[in-house]
Amino acid sequence: MRDNSGVIAEGLHKSFGPVKAVRGVDLNISPGEVVALLGPNGAGKTTTIDMILGLGQPDAGRVTLWGMPPAEAVHAGIVGGMLQTGTLIGQLSVRELVTMVGSLYPEPLPVEEALSLSGASEFADRPTNKLSGGQTQRVRFAVALVANSDLLVLDEPTVALDVEGRRDFWVAMREFATAGRTVLFATHYLEEADQFADRIILMARGLIVADGPTTEIKAKVGLRAVRATLPGADHGALATLSGVQTVEIHGDSIVLRCTNSDLALRALLPRFPEARDIEVHGAGLEEAFLELTEERPELDSVDDRAEGPQ
Amino acid sequence: MIPTTYVRLEILRTVRNRRFFIFSLVFPLVLYLAVVGANRHTHVEGIPFSLYYLTGMVAFGTMIAQLSSGGRIAAERTAGWTRQMRITPLHTRAYFATKVLTGYMMAAISIVLLYAAGVSMGVHLSAPKWLMMTGLILVGLIPFAVLGILVGHLVTPDSLGPALGGGNTLLSLVGGAFGPLSTGRVYTDVVKCVPSYWLVQAGKSALTGNAWPIEAWIVVAVWTVILIRLAAFVYGRDTARV
Repeated sequence: MRDNSGVIAEGLHKSFGPVKAVRGVDLNISPGEVVALLGPNGAGKTTTIDMILGLGQPDAGRVTLWGMPPAEAVHAGIVGGMLQTGTLIGQLSVRELVTMVGSLYPEPLPVEEALSLSGASEFADRPTNKLSGGQTQRVRFAVALVANSDLLVLDEPTVALDVEGRRDFWVAMREFATAGRTVLFATHYLEEADQFADRIILMARGLIVADGPTTEIKAKVGLRAVRATLPGADHGALATLSGVQTVEIHGDSIVLRCTNSDLALRALLPRFPEARDIEVHGAGLEEAFLELTEERPELDSVDDRAEGPQ
Repeated sequence: MIPTTYVRLEILRTVRNRRFFIFSLVFPLVLYLAVVGANRHTHVEGIPFSLYYLTGMVAFGTMIAQLSSGGRIAAERTAGWTRQMRITPLHTRAYFATKVLTGYMMAAISIVLLYAAGVSMGVHLSAPKWLMMTGLILVGLIPFAVLGILVGHLVTPDSLGPALGGGNTLLSLVGGAFGPLSTGRVYTDVVKCVPSYWLVQAGKSALTGNAWPIEAWIVVAVWTVILIRLAAFVYGRDTARV
């Protein structure tokens, strides 16, 4: 029966042939949370989402949504979603399509409301096969919204959108989420996760490598790297500079991974004025993930680190 | 619970599909009027040609109506829409039931139009005989409804046209919808195992007042069971591949 436990996943594993896409994922999302599932391509985000939605059966582990198995929760209308891939079916207008999906749910949002929230009102009378990519994406969002479900799952929802479309999308999402709705979205943009989620779950290579409030995760992965040429660098001295987290020395070149690269540079130059060829760049998600995963030797002990399917 | 809005919009989608109209309604109707118009007073196998050919064209048109569900399923699978539907409260059974129901609605339109054409060409049947013929056709379509679902999980939209058009024409031809192919005994025995044969025979049964022989019911039942098994298998295979 239905309880108020939100999304619970325990020990999820899923392989596709020799590829271990998900290798032991535990999740606990409370009702009302807005959670980003952040990770590079092949991290296992979509596979995890598919198992949460009941579209894929885990090889091991289990999922409950509000205390129910996914299939049961889906039939109870608890779930609405926007999958990563997919287009719309034809021979219907946008409004008819949204009406069709809404009619399947016990307490749908009024169709016009779903259309205006998603920004699809303007072309609601157009046939679904005569839309631009951005418009199609808005309609797919309307289809997810009209469900008016407790849990809204969005798998890379802004992939096909331009900058403006992205902004509109998140404004609408925010509006929807303020009503105490639970939202789980997958993304590989740290920026999106940072701006719209209360909590970030970081995935890499089929595992959760970090899980916490957005600010905390951002501090972990939002590192910058300062590279410079500095012959005869002293590892210990560099490590004590403020803002520096780790130091690497490769011959004459150094790499400082910094929590605050501005502070680090100000400290570096007075003490080592001979430093030259200085570059500062964002560590990027991929690099940040590598860093995080390197701290966990069990991740490297697996031979087949092939990319999971999207 | 019948998802009425869903069914209504699904029927609307089908009606808006021009290809369906041409193959399922216009083509058999035009063929019927053209062929029977020139031969309306002849008899085949002791049956007035206007009725004989009517059942053939009804079989052709209604089979396409049912098989075209497969086209819609294939298109929805390719579009990823099937996965979208699987995360709504709509039951898988209700999804397929809607497809079958839609197929029957389209078959009913085809039947009504062709019956009207038949009457205009001088087909005379008593009300109970019209009803019996219609009932047998509706029962005879069951395996084709399941076949539509099966085909919908096997073909891609690219190969859909040839698969459905060719398959339907072949089944119609073998079933005798365009006239008997051969009177050889072996051939007749083999053809009696094909469900489309009995669909075509529904008209003949109506004329003689004898419903199908027991073998017809067996053929329809066996094909239905086999096709349901196959459809369930391909559906399972399809949904396991996430």
